[in-house]
Amino acid sequence: MTHTSHASHSSGAHGAHAAGHDSHGHPAGLVGHLVPTSTLMAAGLALLALTVITVAVRYIDVGEFNLPIALAVAVVKATVVILIFMHLRWDRPFNLLVLIGSGLFVLLMMWFTSMDVGENIPSMSKGNAPEAQTTLNAKAPGAPVAREVESH
Amino acid sequence: MSHITAPNPTPAKPASDAHGAHGAHDAHGHGHVPHLAHHFDNLQQQFDSAKLGMWLFLATEILFFGGLFVAYAILRMRFPEVFSYASHYLDTILGGINTCVLILSSLTMALGVRYAQLNNKRGLVICLLLTFMGAVGFLVIKYFEYEHKIKQHLVWGPTFYVPPEAHGHDPAELKRMEEALKSVETATPTTITIDVKDPTPFAIPQVAPKPTVEPSTVKAAARGPQGVAPVVTTAIRTSEAEHSPSHEEAAHPALHLADPHMPPNTHLFFAVYYAMTGLHGIHVVVGMIVIAWLIWRAVRGDFNSSYYTPVDTGGLYWHIVDLIWIFLFPLFYLIH
Repeated sequence: MTHTSHASHSSGAHGAHAAGHDSHGHPAGLVGHLVPTSTLMAAGLALLALTVITVAVRYIDVGEFNLPIALAVAVVKATVVILIFMHLRWDRPFNLLVLIGSGLFVLLMMWFTSMDVGENIPSMSKGNAPEAQTTLNAKAPGAPVAREVESH
Repeated sequence: MSHITAPNPTPAKPASDAHGAHGAHDAHGHGHVPHLAHHFDNLQQQFDSAKLGMWLFLATEILFFGGLFVAYAILRMRFPEVFSYASHYLDTILGGINTCVLILSSLTMALGVRYAQLNNKRGLVICLLLTFMGAVGFLVIKYFEYEHKIKQHLVWGPTFYVPPEAHGHDPAELKRMEEALKSVETATPTTITIDVKDPTPFAIPQVAPKPTVEPSTVKAAARGPQGVAPVVTTAIRTSEAEHSPSHEEAAHPALHLADPHMPPNTHLFFAVYYAMTGLHGIHVVVGMIVIAWLIWRAVRGDFNSSYYTPVDTGGLYWHIVDLIWIFLFPLFYLIH
């Protein structure tokens, strides 16, 4: 979020400005920010590399860290897409605020729901509920048969 | 400027409205700036307004998918063993290829925006075509993945627990199975009798934490012979090792039903898998329609460095489709 570059840019890209190329070689009357090809290519290559790495890492078992690592890589990839491909690095900050706001509300929903489910899980039996098992017996003869787990 | 009054299916509303309004307000002194609506100071402000509108729409898309991500989180909290087990039925390589296809199509979309900014019509059209082909490639691979799973009855409902028949779906066989199921529904649980011509055993997945203690506590299968899991699986395993696929094995390619380690409720994984990838697939189709419309307008020469708002907002939509997949891929395909 470089405020200075954004400010200088948007003044330069004003629709009213005179014809001719500006100092950066942009076409006349350009609206928005022109991202160099090299930046786009680098972002694309980084995304492909991260994908290959995550697929390779899938076969290494790091126990409970598998999910956090996979999610962290996904967040990095998403950040690259958002900042470079979606131009948010050069965009008005308010667009970023909209994006972060929606993400926060999803996390809030997930947090509250997880709290509720987390409270209830210890009281749930591990197998199917009795009614579910009856239904499965009737409708799907091959269905797995569950017993309650004694450990609870 | 002989410009379009085409219907505008993308949320790039402001620009389109701006355009429509433009003709009517020429007399007010804005005539020398094409595409600029009367109520905007300049093209930059108009462009920023369109993008803000698009970002608000994308926020609703994130919330839309957010509900399904919450559903995923709850199911995974509740049945972690189901997710680590069922994930192995997904083809990581195909999923990885699809991720790369979407990333590359995102790249060509971003390059397309750049070409539009540079007044390069040819580059823009080529990039949009490549993006469109990426979307087609993604859906083709997805089709093969879905088809393979549906044939093996790796689906979301009771069908998950019905062994698929050999050589596709023989109508007579399906009818017979339906009748057998009907008789099960009407019978009382203690007197279940199903007429199965080919009583190939498919095991009851073993769900007890202490499997070796008492096999008899595992209920007998409703179909097939006395389905005590350990015995049956040894039989299947040895037959696999000894000879080429027998008739019985060919008749029941759904290996998940023969797997004693399948945890209960495994079908829930496939329920949330089809729900999330399916909704994403619908977004890919919508993105294809938007890109096709952009190609049509780009070929006609509608876009230039001061007016390419539909390319930019359509591109944002395509990038959010990529973004959702970036999260779906590890959550379904990369569970160890």
